Amino acid sequence: MQPARTDTTVSTGATGASIARLGARIKGFGPVLGLLALCIAGTLLNGDFATLDNLMNVLTRTAFIGIIAVGMTFVIISGGIDLSVGSMAALIAGCMIYFMNALAQGAGGNLAPITMLVLGIAMALVLGAGFGLMHGLLISKGNIEPFIVTLGTLGIFRAVLTYLADGGALTLDATLSELYSPVYYTSVLGAPIPIWIFLFVAAAGAIILNRTTFGRHVQAIGSNEQVARYAAINVDKVKIATYMLLGICVGIATVLYVPRLGSATPTTGLLWELEAIAAVVVGGTALKGGEGRIVGTVIGAILLSVISNILNLTSIISVYLNAAVQGVVIIAVAFLQRGRK
Amino acid sequence: MKSFIRVAGMAVLVMQAWALPSAQAAAPADKLVVGVAIPTATHSFTSGIVWWANQAKAELEKAHPGVKIIVKTAATAPEQANQLQDMLTVNKINTLVIFPIESASLTQPVAQVKNKGVYVTVVDRGLTNTQSQDAYIAGDNTAFGKLPAEYLAKSLNGKGNIVVLRGMPTTLDNERFDAFSGVMKGHPEIKVLDAKYGNWNRDDAFKVMQDYLTRFKHIDAVWAADDDMAIGVQKAIAQAKRTDIKQVFGGAGAKGAVKKIMDGSDPQIVADVSYSPKFMYDAIKLTTEARLKGEKLPANTIIPSVLITRENAKQFYFPNSPF
Repeated sequence: MQPARTDTTVSTGATGASIARLGARIKGFGPVLGLLALCIAGTLLNGDFATLDNLMNVLTRTAFIGIIAVGMTFVIISGGIDLSVGSMAALIAGCMIYFMNALAQGAGGNLAPITMLVLGIAMALVLGAGFGLMHGLLISKGNIEPFIVTLGTLGIFRAVLTYLADGGALTLDATLSELYSPVYYTSVLGAPIPIWIFLFVAAAGAIILNRTTFGRHVQAIGSNEQVARYAAINVDKVKIATYMLLGICVGIATVLYVPRLGSATPTTGLLWELEAIAAVVVGGTALKGGEGRIVGTVIGAILLSVISNILNLTSIISVYLNAAVQGVVIIAVAFLQRGRK
Repeated sequence: MKSFIRVAGMAVLVMQAWALPSAQAAAPADKLVVGVAIPTATHSFTSGIVWWANQAKAELEKAHPGVKIIVKTAATAPEQANQLQDMLTVNKINTLVIFPIESASLTQPVAQVKNKGVYVTVVDRGLTNTQSQDAYIAGDNTAFGKLPAEYLAKSLNGKGNIVVLRGMPTTLDNERFDAFSGVMKGHPEIKVLDAKYGNWNRDDAFKVMQDYLTRFKHIDAVWAADDDMAIGVQKAIAQAKRTDIKQVFGGAGAKGAVKKIMDGSDPQIVADVSYSPKFMYDAIKLTTEARLKGEKLPANTIIPSVLITRENAKQFYFPNSPF
């Protein structure tokens, strides 16, 4: 990565600096421009693209990956990575269903169904935080590369889910499923609940990253861990916190995912980790850490869903080439914002 | 790896000079060691394969004391190839029943096993060179596409709009889709609006169906081509509150779908087509019994895909299987 290049040779004081700033700012809009271009293309290809229903479908779908990507932004900015989020989501979904079914079959005594549901949701968040804590401890105290730790847990989590489900599907008890499904399917003020949760998580993430000491520490560690240590930042603590934050995000995403189909299978959440990482990077966060933006991540996640949505709404391109189109768009958007550090 | 294969190939040629006992001789029970190589349980169909393989092992080892059956699961083609070598050198198998993860990349490893005098039965996904196998047992992919097409054409009275979900880009999927399209060619008033990949996955099927519903204002029936995908499709239809879709036709005969057909509990799910992972059980059983008698299996055995309706659903319901 080189520092931002501007297309100007004027370097006379203020004007030069302001043009440089403007150049950097335009590059920061790369993902937004990409998303706009895609939306225009989508509308031209199929008028149904721009309907409110379609917009809601796409945003609701994006919510899972988007929420995980918000957490992932913190981890990547701090210089880490987490490859296990998809498997983690699958395992949390499986454990949640397993636990709630056990309660429904009498393990919980005479609990009201709504209480069982709340317990299930609480368990998802606690599990997420717990898995995050485990990652954080292994990476910081154990001093193992995050890539390796989370590659290991990627396998572990999915295998445990497959074991729990006997290789088949874990399906939520019918009564609870009925009670739970509105969490995904109901709209509040015209937008489905997952969209609101996604917005809330993104806003909270942006505030934590940009307006708190913790957020500044995350960026400092990612820029230069040694310097951060000299500046008396508790590096291990901050690292553990970022992985826990991501774990909680995975928990939240899972809480929204389970009511959709009411079941978890060994293919649940497959490749979510790559989609989340792609959303973060397309959104302008550097994979080597140090700098990033939550808003960019949100745009990145939406952009990735929009591509596949447009491909589903048209039959111009051979289905065999869908993945290629997605690849081209991702690279093109990254190209629009090259040169930012 | 390439050079390793070459060396192994040479070794095989050298070994053949010693002319191993012919694979076709009857094997006494205490000498029969059957290796079973199958894919890991990653979705309900493959978990069915694993379950039925273990069923066959339990039953056959009980019925024929002395017979040893070793079941190995692999997630990728290279892993499966390694397992074949281990089974040969460590477990000393003399019979192999394999469900290849990929046709092309396992042809050579299987050929090497066969050259060592091991009797080889290949299941479901054919190898690219049939010289590498003694017998082939498979489900009927043509019928898997043809039967739903005929059933849907009949129930729509030869007129209407259908959307199709495909599995993953594989030869097996192409075979099914081509058979389906072939039947539809004879019904000019039925429009197949589009066919997209749902990867045999509920979540992907849900998304694809959502977008179909956005795009097409009137759909009469869906060929979901898989019972798992049918679940995602039905959720999307319910969410959009669409009432125009009369039928969702899955495939493979998963127990949940068969139960719905048996009970008549779901107006959208009224028929299915069998493609049961039970053929894994059949393959192991047929192979083991033939070897005990010293007989050969026919070169090709096709386990037919059958239309499942309310009348015969009971025969296809295995409540203990994960599939």
